[in-house]
Amino acid sequence: MTEGAPQRTVVAPADAPLCVAAVQLMSRLVVGTGKYATYAEMARCLEASGTDCVTVAVRRERLVNAAGENILDHLDVSRYRLLPNTAGCYSADDAVRVARLGRELLRDMGSKSADWVKLEVLGDRRTLLPDPVGTLVATERLVADGFTVLVYTSDDPVIARRLKELGAASVMPAGSPIGSGQGILNANNLRLCLEYLKDGDPGYPVIVDAGVGTASDVAEAMELGVDGVLLNTAIAQAADPERMARAMRDACAAGRNAFLAGRIPRRRYASASSPDDGRVT
Amino acid sequence: MSSHAAAAARWITVNGLDRPLPEAGSLAAVLDEAGLSGRPVAVEVDGAVVSRERFGERSLRGGERIEIVTFVGGG
Repeated sequence: MTEGAPQRTVVAPADAPLCVAAVQLMSRLVVGTGKYATYAEMARCLEASGTDCVTVAVRRERLVNAAGENILDHLDVSRYRLLPNTAGCYSADDAVRVARLGRELLRDMGSKSADWVKLEVLGDRRTLLPDPVGTLVATERLVADGFTVLVYTSDDPVIARRLKELGAASVMPAGSPIGSGQGILNANNLRLCLEYLKDGDPGYPVIVDAGVGTASDVAEAMELGVDGVLLNTAIAQAADPERMARAMRDACAAGRNAFLAGRIPRRRYASASSPDDGRVT
Repeated sequence: MSSHAAAAARWITVNGLDRPLPEAGSLAAVLDEAGLSGRPVAVEVDGAVVSRERFGERSLRGGERIEIVTFVGGG
């Protein structure tokens, strides 16, 4: 028997999977399918990100040249859970209407989770900030209609708590405006959201939705203790989207592990790592 | 019925565009004309979702507004 380097198996540290409405997701990243140069690139990025839940939008079918490619030709729905959004809706009425169309599309495809929706009720076209009142109204109506509502909202802790009380399956505060790449602008508000939403209910899923620009933003969000991150533009519009997708996957895992490991407190002064005793003087 | 109303009775709106009511007069005929039969779509008529099983039996009247949607990339 020849001697070689000892074999060492690195085992991933224990962690429970992200769980939304009693459904386990293997990845803590939810990835959007918009803004990719091609469907092939989108498919490669989804693969590299490690996600198993992707968002899609509901739009009018083209009536001319309708036989063109459909995104569903490029998404393996046995592998990815589809989460239809209500993007582009500026009223509760429109959001409920679009959510029902998305549910019908999923039902028609034979999906077992056709009632999942990423609710967005927007208040302003320039900032795409959510309309908190419309979001509350739509959440209540969709929950009453049997939907599993994952709701995009601002980082306002009080609104976040109200959305949970109305029955949202996951509250998804924005890190910063959609597609802005500004990262986490108010970490303190996110901490308060987590405190409110997980009070007596530590398993309640909180997902940062929107605003991340690069891997460190994902890591920062995860280090705060959120359960997942939803992102799209930061991957799709990166110079090398597939590499960025991989970076996001790694950052998500790194941030999660750092949160579970428990960081050291910040100190004003230094603390030597080497012992004082036995110094050569 | 006025001539104006009679003309309106022969038109429907599909995804925001005015279209003549198909001869067969059913929702299935509208999808067929658009080349969307069998494609992954959801349909509503005047704001109410109509499931695929009912496309054939759902007859249309002039003035009804039809929306035919599918999934596209989004975040």
